[in-house]
Parts: sequence; structure tokens; C-alpha cells
Amino acid sequence: MAFAQTLAGTRYGFPDLRTLLARASPPRSGDALAGLIAASAAERVAAQMALADLPLRHFLTEAIVPYESDEVTRLIVDSHDGAAFARVAHLTVGGFRDWLLSEEADAEALAALAPGLTPEMAAAVSKIMRVQDLIAVAAKCRVVTRFRNTIGLPGRLSTRLQPNHPVDDPRGIAASILDGLMYGSGDAVIGINPATDSAESMTTLLSMLEELRLRTGAPIQSCVLAHVTTALKAMERGAPVDLVFQSIAGTEAANRAFGVSLSVLDEAWEAGKALKRGTVGDNLMYFETGQGSELSSGAHEGVDQQTVEARCYAVARRYRPLLVNTVVGFIGPEYLFDGKQIIRAGLEDHFCAKLLGLPMGCDVCYTNHADADQDDMDTLLTLLGVAGCTFIMGVPGADDIMLNYQSTSFHDALYVRQVLGRRPAPEFEAWLGAAGIADAGGRLRFDPAATALPPALPLPQEQS
Amino acid sequence: MTESERFPSPARPDRWGHLRRFTDARIALGHAGSGLPTAAHLAFQAAHAQARDAVHAPLDVGALMAALIERGWPAVAVASAAPDRTTYLTRPDLGRLLSDESQRRLSEPMTAPDVVLVVGDGLSGTAVQTNALPVLDALVPRLQAAGLRVGPIVVAEQARVALGDPVGALFQAKAAVVLIGERPGLSAADSLGLYLTWEPRPGRVDSERNCISNVRAGGLAPAAAAEQAAALLTAMFARRRSGILLNTTAAAPPPELPD
Repeated sequence: MAFAQTLAGTRYGFPDLRTLLARASPPRSGDALAGLIAASAAERVAAQMALADLPLRHFLTEAIVPYESDEVTRLIVDSHDGAAFARVAHLTVGGFRDWLLSEEADAEALAALAPGLTPEMAAAVSKIMRVQDLIAVAAKCRVVTRFRNTIGLPGRLSTRLQPNHPVDDPRGIAASILDGLMYGSGDAVIGINPATDSAESMTTLLSMLEELRLRTGAPIQSCVLAHVTTALKAMERGAPVDLVFQSIAGTEAANRAFGVSLSVLDEAWEAGKALKRGTVGDNLMYFETGQGSELSSGAHEGVDQQTVEARCYAVARRYRPLLVNTVVGFIGPEYLFDGKQIIRAGLEDHFCAKLLGLPMGCDVCYTNHADADQDDMDTLLTLLGVAGCTFIMGVPGADDIMLNYQSTSFHDALYVRQVLGRRPAPEFEAWLGAAGIADAGGRLRFDPAATALPPALPLPQEQS
Repeated sequence: MTESERFPSPARPDRWGHLRRFTDARIALGHAGSGLPTAAHLAFQAAHAQARDAVHAPLDVGALMAALIERGWPAVAVASAAPDRTTYLTRPDLGRLLSDESQRRLSEPMTAPDVVLVVGDGLSGTAVQTNALPVLDALVPRLQAAGLRVGPIVVAEQARVALGDPVGALFQAKAAVVLIGERPGLSAADSLGLYLTWEPRPGRVDSERNCISNVRAGGLAPAAAAEQAAALLTAMFARRRSGILLNTTAAAPPPELPD
């Protein structure tokens, strides 16, 4: 269906929904690279006005990627919950924005609505929202998940401890884990990006984390972020796999480029559930996404990068994941050019995922060829904290020496917890005290000798 | 009581500094409140500043050309279709194409070389300025001794790895070695990468290339990189292919190209 909008005497036409969404998207370099960006600021606002007038029902009649050729579209259409949608079915996109901001849209109403929304509806409304709207609505969403602890409760902010090492050296990784735990990091997951993607290497690292958990009684979950097929092999070998990880995309073709499909993910999910390793819940999938990955594999199907990113969340929610995060600034300036674009993208992704019912975290990050710096990361981190972001990364000194990019540090997590009064997951918080990492008042002691951590990791207690 | 005893530093060191010997990660930084101590904060800022400057430092093409000609090696300067650094960073597709003028310059009739060497600024002009000549000094004599015909050395501005493909196609070269500045990290802003492609032609994909990365002082020494490149070229000329199909352990295929 074609759309048109007249603004200040100029008529702007949009041949279909996919184009309308792209032209309405706030500016970013990836949409320019793809040739999808609005030609002028006026055209963008005209598209936003046309989008605001569009009934939400229209999204149920026009697919932006063909149903016949794309299993993500089929998943979105076939799993749509019409009864949940009924609450907002009479609204336009603009009316939906107003409703989301209204007091009627509280945590309960938003949770009930989530299965009735499609990713394209979430993306559409985000495009006509300012940063404060994205924060205000996301902050009302409640998404709670459980494996060995409880993630996403009000007043909580969790962290993934990311102790990467360029050659997967267990002692190097252990040193970073100790550093992170002493700073109270790691309640979302201790998650290692392996330099070598093999079942053998994955098993070695998971065994070290299992030893740490069993010897200290920590209510934590571990993950080695290898390819999902590697995790399947590791599970066959009897490796102690807690969370099953995969990077996912918003089109079937882009998932193929990642080497996955819904059937492969189904298989991995079933294998993970069969291990029954969760103690307080069975949310065990961990997904990563990020704007631009579909375009980078030439599989964006003519969809703008923010909308196709939102389609990842339809894939993710099929698996009731423990954690999802958008690695927002990792991909580089050809997709998100500078701090301004990275900040907005991080907030959009967090908003859309929360609206669709996902436990969304964010890797607040950048590369050295992007026009961004630590001030930009502090800004995004603070805004995400206010928006109720589920978790952030914790990397020693914010410098990931394996993936060569800058994320958030253990210190950054302490900062945002302090200024916003956020605490880690309750089970983990209690363990920090019991393990001697924090004192009775919850203050970190920074004293490894007061804990049993060094012998539970392959580390010496004192300098030899 | 001295002043420092009465007022101990508000920045607290961490007690596990001895673990630094196990990793280059920024562990045991200490803390001031929940923040970084000033020294650790500024050390990070300094590393980031060097990386940013390396991305934006223009390659001194004149100096590099003069050094090549001084060695008696024919050389030609070209530019990609990205006219400036900002365009280069946002349009990787343009960095893989030659500018019209450069295309004309490389179209003059010549005898097809066995190997074309392309030196591109990539994401770190600093890396090229520091490490390209030492690699070439070790590599060119090896190739010549092996009886390979080395074409004019192409020095390219605003270049991505795949710029070697149109250059190789115009020269009808059997193989291309692209020496290019890698994306600067906080620990090293001067890493050079070498990308080797058999029958470089537009349309080649990343999996058809072999990569030697982290060439710098403190990383892989330039002479060692040249030795690896020569070994890979020998294998390529023997098997008439490159990339994952070459199936050699000499160098792993790149996990992620800086293009």
C-alpha cells in the first residue's frame, strides 16, 4: 500500500510500509549506506506524520519481508496474539504513542499487551518518540526472568561479567573474574567470548566456572558465547552448560549468515532445558543483537536497520530467554556514526525489546573508528539506568582486550547503581555478603583474602 | 604525623595487582569512590586519544613514495572512490573502488605481474607509516629471489582491503598482497594487517583471502610477517587458490576484516 503526506506545500510519497518506516527513521549512517534514509529532514518528518496516522491494524495486513520467503515473518504473523492486541487495536501509531505515555499503560497493562504487538509496531512507534518517551515507557515495563537468580526485579540492575582473554588463557580469564567479583559484578551471567570456537575449549572454560560456582555456592550462571552448534556439541560431551548463547538477526537470510535457523535454535533450547540446571527458573537462552548486522551480511531485505533489529526480538521471545542484549556500538561508524546515533539506537533497542516482553540489557560500547568517547558512554549508561535497563556489561577497565572495543567497566556499574539506587539480583546480593565480598552493610570490601575466591579459581592467594 | 599520613590518598589501590601477570586486561585499577582513580582514568584517555589520532592521521604518501623509489621499486599513488575520511568511514563500499582518475592511471598497458603489492592507509595511517616499509624490505627481495614478477607498488589512500581486487584486475596480477592499517585498539594503534588474495578480482569475498594480522613492534615482527606472507604465496602459486580453500595452517583466515 502506498502512503503520502503533504508538508509545507510539498507532497511526499512512500510506495509501501517498508519504505515509510525507513524514511521515518531518525538519521543513522547505516540507513544512508543502504540507500534507505530520508532525502531531507522534511521528508523524514512527513514520513513520521504519515506513520502516526497509520492504524496499528495495518501492520497485520502488510508484511515488510514476504511471508512466503522468510521464517521470521512467518513467526511474527503466526504467533501474533489477537486477544492481547485487542486493547490497542483501535489506535493509530500516533494514538498508540499517546496511550503508552498515559497512566493507563502501567506495568501490568504493558505485560499483557506484549504478545499482541509485532516488532514492526514497536519499531514504528519508536520512530515517532523522543529519547524521553523511549525512557519513560521502558521504565514502566517489568520483565522478570530466572535461572539461578532473579533478573529484572524493580530497583535492580544486573551485570554480565565479561572476562575475555585473547587466547582464552584460563588464568588470565580467572584474574578478570576475580577483579569483577570483587567489584560486585556478574549476577546476570559470567559470560566469556571465546577466541577459539570449539567444544573442547568451551568445555575447559565452563568447567572452570562450574568449579567456582560449586566451591563458593554462588547463585550465578555461566556462558561461553560460542556458536549454538558448538554448545550443542559441548552438551553432548557432558559439559556443564548453563546458558545457551547465539547472535541472532531479524531476517531468515541474515540468520543463515549467522549459521542458524529457528529449527537449530529450537534444538539447542530443548537440549539446554533437558539438562535442568536452573534452580529458581528455566530461562536459559542468551541472545545478542545489534543494529546493522543484517545490512552487513547483505540480508536486510530493504528494511531499515532499526526495524529489522526489532524483528530479532520476535526470534528471541520464542525462547523465553534469561537475557538479551544489544551490542549497540560494536559494529562501527558505517552503521552508527557517532555518540548521538549510538545513544539513540541503544535506547530504541531497549524500548522495543521491553515493549515486546524481553529482559533487555545493553552492551554500551564503541569502537575507535566511531566518533564517540567515554562521555557518550556515560550518557547512554545513565539514560539506560533511568530507563530500567535489565543489565549492562562489566569489562575490566572498560577495555575488552580480546574483542578490541570499549564497553562498560565494573566501576561504571557501581556508578550507575550508586546514583540511581540500583542493586544487584537479590540472591547474588545476599551471596556477596555471605562470601565476604561485601560487609554486613552491603559495602564492597575489596579484600580477596576475606573470601574463598582465589582457591576456587586457578589463582594464587598472594604474590609469590 | 606527615600530611600524607593525616590525609591518606582518597584513591584506593586494589590488593590483587599481582594477578596482572596473567592478563593484559585492566584489572586491579583501584577506585576513588565508585570511580576510576585519576591516573587510571587518564591512562585510558591517552590510549583512546592515540587510537583516535591514528584513525584520522593522513598517510604521508609523498614520503612513502620517495622511500619506495629510493629503493629502486616502481610505485604509483592512487585513491579510492571515497574522497575524504568521513566518507571513507561511512561508506566502506567506496573504499573498495578506485577513483575514476586512479582507474585511468592503472589502465595503461603493462606486463602482467605475478604479485601486486598494495599499501593502503586503512583505519590507521600510523600503522602504515611505521610498519609498511619494514615488511616490504623483507618481502620484496624474497619474492624476487623466488623468481616472481612484482608489479609497481600501489600506494592507496582511503583504502579498504578489497581495493586490492580492482587493482589486481587492472594489472591482471595472479596474486595481491594488501598491506593495510588495522582498526586501532586501545593497546596498539599501529597494527598492520596483510591480506593475500589469489587472482584478485572484484567480487572476491573475505573467505577467499588469507590474513596476517597484528604486525607491529610488540606484535608480529615485520620480518616474520614477510616470511609468513612468502610462505602463503608459495602455497597459493602451487595450489592456485587462497583463503579457506588453501587449507594451510600458516595463517588463519581473518575472523573479521576491517572493511
